[in-house]
Amino acid sequence: MSVTADQQGAAVSRPGATFWERRSMRTKRLVWVWSFLALPILFYSVIRFYPTIEAFWLSLTNWDLLKPPQFIGLANYEKLFADPQFWKVFKNTFAYLLVGTPISLLLSFVIAYHLDRVRFMHGLIRGLYFLPYLTTAAAMAWVWRWFYQPAPIGVINNALGTLGIPQQPFIRSVDQALPSIMLTAIWAGLGFQIIIFMAGLRSIPNTFYEAARIDGLGEWAILRKITLPLLKPTTVFLVVFSSIGFLRIFDQVYNMTTNDPGGPLGSTKPLVLMIYQTAFSSYAMGYAAAQTVVLFTILLFVSLLQLWILREKK
Amino acid sequence: MRRATLFAGLIAGFSTLAMNAAQAVEIEYWQYVFDSRVKAMDQLIENFEKANPDITVKQTTFPYADYQTRVIAAKMGGQGPDVMQLFYGWLDKFVAGGLLQPLPTDAFPHDKIESEFFPIVSAMKRGEDYYGLPTAVRSLALFYNKKLFTEAGLDPANPPKTLDEFVAAAEKATKRDAAGNLIVAGSTLDMAGQDHQWWREVLVRQFGGQPYTDGDRKVAYNTEAGEKALKFYTDLQTEKKVGLAGFMDEGQAAFRAGMAAMTIDGTFRLGAFKSIEGFEWGVTELPANADGTRSNYASYFANGISATTSGEKLEASKKFLAYISSPEAMDVWLKTVGELPARRTAAMTDANLADPIYGPFLKGLEYARTTMFVDEAAQRQTTIDMANRVLLEGQSVKDSLAQAAAAEQAIIDAAAPK
Repeated sequence: MSVTADQQGAAVSRPGATFWERRSMRTKRLVWVWSFLALPILFYSVIRFYPTIEAFWLSLTNWDLLKPPQFIGLANYEKLFADPQFWKVFKNTFAYLLVGTPISLLLSFVIAYHLDRVRFMHGLIRGLYFLPYLTTAAAMAWVWRWFYQPAPIGVINNALGTLGIPQQPFIRSVDQALPSIMLTAIWAGLGFQIIIFMAGLRSIPNTFYEAARIDGLGEWAILRKITLPLLKPTTVFLVVFSSIGFLRIFDQVYNMTTNDPGGPLGSTKPLVLMIYQTAFSSYAMGYAAAQTVVLFTILLFVSLLQLWILREKK
Repeated sequence: MRRATLFAGLIAGFSTLAMNAAQAVEIEYWQYVFDSRVKAMDQLIENFEKANPDITVKQTTFPYADYQTRVIAAKMGGQGPDVMQLFYGWLDKFVAGGLLQPLPTDAFPHDKIESEFFPIVSAMKRGEDYYGLPTAVRSLALFYNKKLFTEAGLDPANPPKTLDEFVAAAEKATKRDAAGNLIVAGSTLDMAGQDHQWWREVLVRQFGGQPYTDGDRKVAYNTEAGEKALKFYTDLQTEKKVGLAGFMDEGQAAFRAGMAAMTIDGTFRLGAFKSIEGFEWGVTELPANADGTRSNYASYFANGISATTSGEKLEASKKFLAYISSPEAMDVWLKTVGELPARRTAAMTDANLADPIYGPFLKGLEYARTTMFVDEAAQRQTTIDMANRVLLEGQSVKDSLAQAAAAEQAIIDAAAPK
């Protein structure tokens, strides 16, 4: 069956020069390129750009899914900025960002820097660091949720107990819950950052190091004068990537505190979780859209700021 | 001549075909995915179609988390179910959104509804109209671990009947290791589970107050009674030390693992607890207070008819709704899903009342209340936060209660139609 179909296909394309065949190679290539590009562009316009623009409009309405949206001006934003819950969530979000990003980058750089010099079981160690990144965030969060339990159930508290350190409430505490969750988020993303850092380290030509050593530079000077400056593109990428990751943290928080979403008294609640609850539990779509616009603005601002700070100085 | 006969025959044949097509009405029924509920509904649909060959019912299901959104989105898209299941607490939203039509009084006369169903069905009434009828209802009861009771020297055949007995039993059953870590909780403390319902509709009343007034539109628990009720609850952890909020992550998990002697939970938990193999457990009515005052919280999913359904589909939907809220359907539902019949006569049979598991839940239904939530998740959160402020931040019971009352009132006011 398929053989005959092929033969027919071949027969059809043979007679005479068709419109398509008369086109130049360049035109043909352009048509091909654009027909391939058109699909993702169309896809993105429909599922990304259009809803994004729509969200800006919705944030000015009182849409609750049921009644047609009514324009209410900036009322959602006024309500948002007057809501103490929003400021708490805002603070939490920036805590994830401002503490999580530097710690995770420093940690992954130190590990990558040393791992780069380790020959013994290099692949295995690298694999072990990368493993958490491959794990589903939800599954990981649930395991950690049980790690943090009080003794005798929680592994961490058990270990503390044997060392004679008092029990810690971890995710059941208003003070410790956020660092506890941040720790799992850092741990989960570490493997990816290590791999990227190592790739960056490997791309620095060895001759630079050799020349520096011949000139008698110490290890510390080499790190400061050669490794770090040449690693800058990698660092910029990771700073932006990791910041965006922390600004929209959700999986870990939601899964580690599903029965009281956002931790005791909202102590771990990030902006994304607040948006989720406003939209899909209270169905206040307009209000949720306003929160999304605020998150979008923060993300945009933070990313641009970082790009500007870490820009190439010429 | 022969040709004419043939022709006539053909016409006759076509017209009967057309007649049949016109008579077969298909209606669509929506509910959320829950294995036993879907199975029970499949069986009900089969029975119904057998009795009404001219009607077919198509069941469509969605994951619970999406369900409301789907119903609402379908309405916007102009095509939804004819008969749909909804949680009683969603009614305001569904009515305001024009999703439901009042139940036609010819098929569902009010006096019949009011005399045959449990009084909690009134939560489906707005103004003069009922908007839905439940097949089954759920209530709360006290689950207890018979093995842990025996180990603690308590009589597993004689579970606590009053709040004082409940606390005494919890104190006896609590076990700690040498370092003082909780190994067995006397009772679970889980506001995020069913404890918030217990506190709101049961404890507040038992300490002499009432949770709300004005059709649950005014928060009324910020009183001395409310304070006593909250103190009773938080004292379980801080004073009596019989439990720990967050112990074993969730109350039901602690009970399932055999690490809690008692827990308060609903009929919907029976399925999960039935698979427990390590120990025997029992169920008893929620403890009464010293004067014998009892209360309970009941909730249910009801079935209503879509606002856009009309004509013969409406007639078929009426028949279908009548069937799925009939005593026969309730019996099927009880056996398949384990939820209690919503009609008094179907529920309060001697066999059901004598059942050691269903009995206590059914007794609870007689005096159960239904909270008219405007936003269940948000209102639940205020109660969780109220307990957490006392347990974690050391805020006084009085202040925390006042703060919770103000927060909940704000949620209710924000939802009020403008």
